[in-house]
Amino acid sequence: MSIDLSQFYEVFFEESFEGLDIMEHELLALKPGSKDSETLNTIFRAAHSIKGGSGTFGFNVVADFTHDLETLLDQIREGTRTIESEHIDLFLKTVDCLRDMLTALKNSEEPDTTVANDISRQILAILNDEGTPSSNNTAQSGPVEPPSQSQDHSNGGSKRWHISFKPQSHLFKTGNEPIFMFQELADLGQMSIEADFSHLPPFHDLQPDDSYLYWQIELIADCEKEKIEEIFEWVLDDCELEIRCDDADLPDSQADDITDEQPVEVEAAPEPLIPEPIIEVAPPVAERLADTNAVSESGAAQSKKAESTSIRVSIEKVDSLINMVGELVITQAMLSQYSEGEFTENRRMLMLEGLSQLAHNTRELQESVMQIRMLPISHVFNRFPRLVRDISQKLGKKVELKLLGETTELDKTVMEKISDPMVHLIRNSLDHGLEKPDERLAAGKEETGTVTLNAYHQGGNIVIKIIDDGKGINPEVVKQKALDKGLIQSSDELTEQEIIDLIFLPGFSTATEVSDLSGRGVGMDVVRRNIQELNGTVEVSSERDVGSTFTIRLPLTLAILDGQLVTVGKNTYIIPLVNIIESIQMTPDQLNNVGGDMELFRQRDEYIPILRLYQIFNHDGAVENLTQGILVIVDSEYGHVGLLVDDLLAQQQVVIKSLEANYQRVEGISGATILGDGTISLIIDIGGVISLAGLKKHQRKQTRHMAVS
Amino acid sequence: MKKILAVDDSASMRQMVVFTLKKAGYDVIDAKDGVEALELAKKSSFDAVISDVNMPNMDGITLIRHLRTLPAYKFTPLLMLTTESGTDKKHEGKAAGATGWIVKPFNPDQLLAVIQKVIR
Repeated sequence: MSIDLSQFYEVFFEESFEGLDIMEHELLALKPGSKDSETLNTIFRAAHSIKGGSGTFGFNVVADFTHDLETLLDQIREGTRTIESEHIDLFLKTVDCLRDMLTALKNSEEPDTTVANDISRQILAILNDEGTPSSNNTAQSGPVEPPSQSQDHSNGGSKRWHISFKPQSHLFKTGNEPIFMFQELADLGQMSIEADFSHLPPFHDLQPDDSYLYWQIELIADCEKEKIEEIFEWVLDDCELEIRCDDADLPDSQADDITDEQPVEVEAAPEPLIPEPIIEVAPPVAERLADTNAVSESGAAQSKKAESTSIRVSIEKVDSLINMVGELVITQAMLSQYSEGEFTENRRMLMLEGLSQLAHNTRELQESVMQIRMLPISHVFNRFPRLVRDISQKLGKKVELKLLGETTELDKTVMEKISDPMVHLIRNSLDHGLEKPDERLAAGKEETGTVTLNAYHQGGNIVIKIIDDGKGINPEVVKQKALDKGLIQSSDELTEQEIIDLIFLPGFSTATEVSDLSGRGVGMDVVRRNIQELNGTVEVSSERDVGSTFTIRLPLTLAILDGQLVTVGKNTYIIPLVNIIESIQMTPDQLNNVGGDMELFRQRDEYIPILRLYQIFNHDGAVENLTQGILVIVDSEYGHVGLLVDDLLAQQQVVIKSLEANYQRVEGISGATILGDGTISLIIDIGGVISLAGLKKHQRKQTRHMAVS
Repeated sequence: MKKILAVDDSASMRQMVVFTLKKAGYDVIDAKDGVEALELAKKSSFDAVISDVNMPNMDGITLIRHLRTLPAYKFTPLLMLTTESGTDKKHEGKAAGATGWIVKPFNPDQLLAVIQKVIR
């Protein structure tokens, strides 16, 4: 039978990657010397499944590689070897290596085996070093013996076999059936069989479940002894078996010569051969067909993989969706029924009721669909124990990682994009925040530092905190650095918080020496920019010798946004609510002019630059008098900025449509949405608008000076 | 139609076994561990059970031991899927009541050959 195994590849890869994640997770929880059999079993099972699957599906590189790993894990699991920290390290490397190999295979590439070979050597070294002799044997014999199924016809010539089969009485209770074995024997050649009833007990002693018969079998077949033994393989312990080859072998030539004398025998020999060619002729065609199918399928699958990713959705979520759609259909039927015939007041009431139900259904449906994209943040958090372990080892620091709020759900797209900034922040905390053990002891703290990740929902946002109990950010150091880099002037009077915020400025890096961890050329400015691209914000608070806390705030989803509708001339724009600090009506005494065309709004000793949206977007007929319009003050990477609009409308949730996908990228606009009346409204991209207006850090600095002087 | 219960915690192996056996004309039900398999086996009857050894919740050998004590499975072929090429597991399995075994990795043809050893 030809079965295209490639149809199972995707499932295999998926479960293997899951298995690796589990292995990693469990390994990280494992302490050297641990005897926690459940954990060890879980690790073993994961490795075992990957080995089994990769062997079955033909990924022999992986199967060979996992073999010794499995042997070692098995010894540990069985308790013949104690797990040491070097084992854990090695296993973690193995997990990484397997992940790389499987990724390569998944992309139909040849996996790089240099790392794997290196790890294999190390595992073998461990196995051979102090291993028990028996385990040594398995390790050595293991990789060599893929079960060979070769039928050896080369040693041609039929032989006469005498087989004496005396099963024990419990044979049937093993589920084995002698008749099937005899049929298998008969398939090998010409068989004659004789039952021996001599051990049959008197009728009243007869147990119907037991086997009392012995058999004498004569087989004339062109086969090796192993072939016959194989048939009885499962019952070897449940019987007396004797396989004897008749001394008078029938050599090849003789077999040919005696055709006439023993027609049965010769007929018997080719018999098993005949069906084979027939079968073999058939499959190539089928296989070729299957192959072409496979090629086109895998081609399609590949291109699909490149552009789309999948999510796993629990069946409950899907069921609730279907339920909701059902409701929607009923409401629709109801509405269309009411709209038929004469339109009376009563009908109008019913229609209104139906419409409100429709609104209700739609909102629920929207929420359910959003739910589908929501995944627990543990998907991101789970990466970090390993990261923290590796980094703290490299830095020689002792760190405990606490994860809180792992079940907090977050949109998948947001999740994918928040991972990198978080990695950076965590590295930062480990590298710059936490002290070395001796420093901590000297400072009267516990030797082991703590990094806490906490996630929770707040309003329509998710808040992620990265908290360390390290030495905190030293404002003096930050200030000096900022002065050196020319980011501030020595005359600037900044509060401690303002100084600490300087770390987010482009071109700032506190690492005195560039370590290979945080100092990789990506600064905190990139972290902030990445988070802002997600319509989020990041803040830092820090206390000397107590620690630092980074707080990331993100919208739950990128597909929907809480927006403030504003008018500029005849147009309606949307400003993301998350960016808005306040909206203000200005009085003339709050206004200032700087350097000619730079207008400033003074509020509580802060000078906020004013951007006239109608100028930026070239609209006529808008409110031009500052005191008649409304200033929407927003937070941006350049600090606070005021946007002049005509009026504020409602606040509402809007569904974001990509301009890039439907039209093209437009500077200053992050997307579009369709309003209730069917018109299109553009969503303002604060950062883009600011750069459109040409308001750069430079000017910002000027305004800061103004404020100070 | 002969009915087979296939047990494996690995989804890909399970799919492969199920697909192969179905294509060969067997009626196949699958389970992801020993506990689930035992439940299914008690609810309906099978002509053969083919089970992985290493599984969470209940491993294959325990499953076989339990099945063999059930009157309905006294003579039923119970096969183990195992990567353990060592004889230890095989003996353990036999002692628990296993009929036989197939060593992983195996291909669909080998699987069918083994199944045909016990049901025809």
